[in-house]
Order: sequence, then C-alpha cells, then structure tokens
Amino acid sequence: MKRSGIDVGGTNTDAVLIDGEKIIASIKVPTTQDVMSGVKAALSHVAGHVGAGRPIDAVMIGTTHFTNAVVERARLERVAAIRIALPTGASLPPMCDWPDDLRAAVDPLIFMVHGGHEYDGSPLVPMIPDEIREAAMKIRDAGITSIAISATFSPLTTECEVKAAEIVRSVIPDARITLSHTLGRIGLLERENVALLNAALQALGKTTVKAFSDALREAGVTAPFYLTQNDGTVALADVAAANPVHSFASGPTNSMRGAAFLTGLSDAMVIDVGGTTSDIGCLVGGFPREANNIVHIGGVRTLFRMPDLLPIALGGGTIIDPETGKIGPRSVGYRILTEARVFGGNTLTTSDVAVAAGLIEIGDRDRVRDLDPAFVKASLERIRDMVTDSFDQMKTSAEDVPLIAVGGGAFLIPDKIAGASEVLRVENAGVANALGAAMAQVSGEVDQVFSGLSRDEALAKAEAEAQNAAVASGASRESLKTLEVEDIPIAYLPGGARRVRVRVIGDIAFN
Amino acid sequence: MLQEFSEENIEPLATGAWILGTGGGGNPYISTLNLRRLYAEGRRVQVMDPMALDDDDMVAVVSKMGAPLVGQERLSDPVHLARAVEVMEDYLGKPFRAIMSVEIGGSNALSSFLAAAMLGRPVVNADAMGRAYPEAQMTSFAIGNLPMYPLSLVDVRDNEVIVTRAASWKWMERISRKVCTEVGSTAATCKAPRTGREVKDWGIHYTITKATELGRTVIEARARHDDPVKAVLDHEGGKQLFRGKVIDVARETTGGFLRGRTVIEGIDADRGSRMELAFQNEWAVAFRDGEPVAMTPDLLCLLDTISGSAIGTESVRYGQRVTVVALPAPELLTTPAGIAAVGPRAFGYDIDFRSVFS
Repeated sequence: MKRSGIDVGGTNTDAVLIDGEKIIASIKVPTTQDVMSGVKAALSHVAGHVGAGRPIDAVMIGTTHFTNAVVERARLERVAAIRIALPTGASLPPMCDWPDDLRAAVDPLIFMVHGGHEYDGSPLVPMIPDEIREAAMKIRDAGITSIAISATFSPLTTECEVKAAEIVRSVIPDARITLSHTLGRIGLLERENVALLNAALQALGKTTVKAFSDALREAGVTAPFYLTQNDGTVALADVAAANPVHSFASGPTNSMRGAAFLTGLSDAMVIDVGGTTSDIGCLVGGFPREANNIVHIGGVRTLFRMPDLLPIALGGGTIIDPETGKIGPRSVGYRILTEARVFGGNTLTTSDVAVAAGLIEIGDRDRVRDLDPAFVKASLERIRDMVTDSFDQMKTSAEDVPLIAVGGGAFLIPDKIAGASEVLRVENAGVANALGAAMAQVSGEVDQVFSGLSRDEALAKAEAEAQNAAVASGASRESLKTLEVEDIPIAYLPGGARRVRVRVIGDIAFN
Repeated sequence: MLQEFSEENIEPLATGAWILGTGGGGNPYISTLNLRRLYAEGRRVQVMDPMALDDDDMVAVVSKMGAPLVGQERLSDPVHLARAVEVMEDYLGKPFRAIMSVEIGGSNALSSFLAAAMLGRPVVNADAMGRAYPEAQMTSFAIGNLPMYPLSLVDVRDNEVIVTRAASWKWMERISRKVCTEVGSTAATCKAPRTGREVKDWGIHYTITKATELGRTVIEARARHDDPVKAVLDHEGGKQLFRGKVIDVARETTGGFLRGRTVIEGIDADRGSRMELAFQNEWAVAFRDGEPVAMTPDLLCLLDTISGSAIGTESVRYGQRVTVVALPAPELLTTPAGIAAVGPRAFGYDIDFRSVFS
C-alpha cells in the first residue's frame, strides 16, 4: 500500500511517500504564504516516484493551520452558542472564562435554554422546543451559520443536543452545528469551550480542506485524503473539516509517531527540541499518551483528546546568562541565526555552549573559544538536569525506558540520562513528522459514566461502543485493537457508578 | 467590625482554600468564576470579625453539598445558595446578621461569599472545620454538641426541603445526603443556624484571613521564582513529610466515598523510602515505609513540588512531582472530642492519633 504523508509546518512543508514501511521518496520545501502551493510542490515531487503498479492509495496531511488561527485570533468566524442547562449554570454563560480578545474575535450570540440531563440519564427538566426555535430564528436573522450546542451531561445522554440540532436545522437548513458531546468529556464549561472553538473554525476548516483538495488535484493525485488528528490517527478530510479542534496537536503527535517509526520503538519517551521550547511526550503502543487534564488552547480551558506533553523552556536558542549561568527561560527564537554568538551575534545561547563543547558544528566555533571550559561543562550539566527532571516526571513506570531525541535542537540532549535505558537520535528528523502522518491509523473512543453494571460489564460495554465508533470513522473491524482502558469509580454517586474510558485503534478500511 | 474583601483577594483565597482542602472539598474554579462575575457587577462582600457578633445574632452556615463531578456539569449558581439562606430565614422568622461557610477547604470556602454577595450580608471570618471533611458530624459545631437542626436544602428546580429535626449529627448527615442524592447529587444547603455566641465559642476563627494569606504567599513565591512549598511551610508553621514522585494511585468507591491510596517514591533526602497516602475524599493517613507518620486531624496536603498548587485525591496521577506537607490542625480538632469526631478511627484506621507537631 502506498501512502504519502505531508506535514505543513510554520517554516517547512515536508512530504514522504512510503510503500508498506519502506520510504520511497521524501522532500522538504518552504511553506508558502498560501500554504497550498507548497503542498502541491511537495506532493508533485513524491508523486513522481510512485513508479509502476499501484498509484498512491491515500494522502495524510498534518497541519498547524487551525491552532495558529486560535493563537493569532485570526480567520475565525462568528458563532452562536446554545446551552441547554437551565435552570442550572445561568450565572456562568458560555465563554464566560475566555480571554477578551478571543471572545471579541468570535463575537458570539449566546442563548441559554431549559433542558439537559442528570448523571443517571434522567432529564434535568424537560427541554422546551420553542425556546430552541426562537434562538434559531435570532441566529438566522443575525446571519450566523456556525452554532455550538451543549447540554448538561451530554456525554452520557446525547438526546437534548441531538434534538436541538434538528430544530436548529429546520430553521437554518445550511447550519453547521457542533455538538459538544462529539468532542469533549465531562466538565460542561471545558466541553462547551471545545465545541465553540470548533464552531469558530468551521469556515477555515472548509476552505483549508478545499485548498488541500485542489492541491492534490493539481498534483495529479486522485487518492482519498485524510487530516491527522491529536491522537495520532487520521480522519477523512471532509470529516476532519467539521472537527478542526481534533487537529490542534497533530504537529507534536506526528513527530512522536514518526520518531517511533524511524527507531522501530513503540514504547518510549520522545523529546522534540525546538528553538525556544522542547516538548516531552510518551509513546504507548506507538501512540502518544493522552492528557487526562485541562489543556489551555489560546488561553481557553479545554478537556478533550489531546496528547500529554510537558513543555520545557529549553531549545537551541535558549539564552544563557554569562554571569550566573542561568539557562532560560527566554530564547532568541528564530533570531538565532543573527543573535547567537556562533552566528556573529552577542547573545550567549545553548547552541553556543554546544558548539564550544564540540557537540555540533554550526556557525563559527572561533567565536566561542573564549568561553571557560568549566562554564561550558556546568551549563551542559544544567541542561542535563532540566531534561532528566522533566523526563522522569513524564515516565509511566519506574523502569528505565528509551528516550528518542528529535527536532533541530536534539544535539542538546546528552547521551546519558538517568532513568533512560538509552538515548536515540533520529536522522532526517524533518521527515519524522511527515512519516508520522503517513503511518496514521483510525481510532474510536468512549468516555462515559456507567452505573448499575459490574466493572467487567461496564468495561465490555465501553469497549464495544468504542469499536463501533472506530468503524464509523473508517477503521476495518478485523484490525481493531484496544489501546487504552481506564476506569475510575466516582465518589458520592450511588449504584457503583464508574467512569470508563476505552480507546481502540485499527487500520484504514479500503473499499 | 467589617472589612471589605477586595477583588484582588479572590484568587489568593481560592488558592489557599484548595491547599487547606487537604485533597478534598472540590476545586474552587467554578466558585471563583462566580464570585468574580458578582464583583464585576459591582457587588462587594464585607468580612466580619467573629468576635464582633452579638451573642444573640443569627448566623447562616452555608455549603454546597454533593459530588464534585456533578458540579462540573450542573454549574452552581449563587442564586441557589442565597435561596437556601432565605428559606431558612422564612422558617425561623428572623433575619441572619451574617453568613459563614461550613468549611474553609476547597470550593465551599467561597460559598459564604457567593450567598453574601447576593444578599448584601457580611461573611464571618470563620468556618466549622479549618480544613475540609466529608460529613456533617465532622464539624466543630458537632464536636461542641450543638443542635444539628433545622437544615434547608435547595434544588435548582424549585424543590426546597427543610429537615426540621434529626436525632443526631449522623442522622442529619444521612437524611440530608438522601435528599441531595435524589435531586441529582448536588444541592445548596443552609445548615443549622448558629447564634453569635455559638460561633464565638465553637467556630474555627479567622480562617478566611488564613486561607487568603496562605494563597497570597504561594502566588507571590511563584512570581519571585522562590520555592512555593517552602513558602507554605514557613507561613503555616508546617512540616515537610516527604518529597517524591507519584508511582501508583488506586481508587475505589465504597459507602459513597472515594477511598484509595497514593504511593510516592522518595527523591532527594527521601530517596530509598516510600510514602503511602490513604484517602477518603481527603488525605487521611500518611505511612512512611509502612509506618503511620501523620494523620487526620493534622492537615495532610499534597502539593505540586514546582508550583506549590494543591493536588486533589480525584486528580492525583502517576508521575507528578509532589511534596507531602503537614500543617497544624485547629486546636479544637486535637482535643479528645475532636479526635473522636475526626481522628483516624473516624475514618476506619485503627491507629491512635499522634500529631507530627506534638
């Protein structure tokens, strides 16, 4: 099977073509202003290496486009929020904890109406269809077509959100509706926030996928294409366009998955060292471990499927205080090519110390010959301590595990780290992201509270539902494997209630 | 004696209250948002010295009751806490001079503020636990053997219940818990009203000041890049018990409580040792290499080693770098009556209470 993986980063667009697990071609081109011509150029190059036999079966694209839109507060569309939760929560309306500038960029129209459910599936109060209809008419009159709908305990009982969506569609036929239960977990504010971010990215999702589609066509590729997701899986582009939030962390995720592929390891820690920061993540069974806690995106609290990443203020451009030897947290960032000592600048950075120590050859080594070897040694020790500490914090077991170093600043990672069985380096790390994209599979997840069932029954039920979700997303049923099972009994709630989270994964089903 | 509680104090109060919650009491995030919004509307809360109460003043004791998980979906609205106070006033036929929280630990620390901001009444600078505990009989008022009734309970759907009488604090806990479960495991309550005399005699005093200053100390230490854990210890006269990394968390729900244990592997001075923290909603007993070394009512707090933030029993997870600290308990809780109510045996541990501060 031939697949192409493309990683559209802020600076470069990388593409690879693989056949099975063999890399046939790879290329790096600058990311273009319009993004798409870069994609087209990269894809045209690898498509030229397809050769005889099967054409490309699938194209997987990873992009930071959606995250950037939220961070830059740009390219977002106006949205409406309908929350079905009255008489609860009236004092904390949707978006009440968003940063002002982001809220202004989204300029929401907000409605709170009656309805929702309890944890045990009984209605909180009856939903009133006329309230929804009235809200829908006001939304229509305001010319808004992207709407987020949330309801209390909707991850457990989806009924209110689903019914409200039908009513809204009867008033606004071309409405693009995000239902909170399809994205988030228990925690109304955080789940609603995810739904609203998703709603604000609807138009961008559509135009982006359309542009990718055009780029594919112009490159002469007719295969179906997918967007990579936060969890290391892919979704068909049209499905992904409706859920841009699921692509937020696909960059680090693809880099971790690519590192796994290049090293042949499926259980390892990965450190991706950039210019300003590094991210440490954990690969379990070839997939990034998921964060089970609040993740802030552009200043908004969210709780949904995101990789568990620990950022450290350590990168190739991190500034070292020549007096105290303190490392960071500030960095010269992209200005490293003019400001770092080895590149003719006057700022001492981690890269300068690495050059002085002979860890890497970049710039002009003569410009750091004046550094006291003791100072260089002490700085490298401090870097080792920073890495060791964060590495240990992210480890999932007391045993030694391998650490894979990727990214442009990977030379900063020492060969010996306490708690690491070995430190591996990935050559052509730039291709790692594109490879990670190309290798992606399809997943299904369930995160629900079950009550009145034994633990085994609850786990079995959750697993079956997760499998159905994966098949619905395009996985072949025969290939499904259970990746994670986690259950937490819930304090105070009667009936042996427990929250069960199950994730399964499988290969893409090709028809 | 009244003093306005400034908006700048909200964050410190929440931070300090979460630490004093000793792992339970619920994360104060939602309550903090609510209070900020009331302040944004121009409402302000006055804090009253408990000693300024007249003996026959009436004081409302408010709390949100129920499961923290439900609170994450059914976001509480200050209207209902205020309503619980009004229902009680109607029943008693007399007005409350002031309002206090049943516990300073966790989100309920802000409950009195929310009711007070709505009703324009002052908050008493006191609570009935000096920390957080899961049950009604675990309060200073219960230790003082004060009347446990009446109690008002308000649900969002216009269901209002008054428990007019109960045979004991435990019966009050059982009956009110039943009602709370029936309305969805979350409700606003106004506990048995207290007289000014009772609050002066049996309240745990100045805990709002204590929580706010504790929180401010942590926030300032973070801003200065100082060690926030050390700041907590210095501020409270606490003791560091252990520093390490969480290597195991086991949880189970029995009898309506979250029970379990967290195992921490030592680092630095504690390398080679393990600490096991047993919990029932809150951290209850700390075992070092199998030996009990600290226990309730001493406050056991699990803090993030870097940020000094409290870590709850529901959110602790593998890999976290943590420091276990003990803070002194309010004196009343370490008396024989206090230990009978909230000592290790009240949580099912057959251990004699020994304070790490004795």
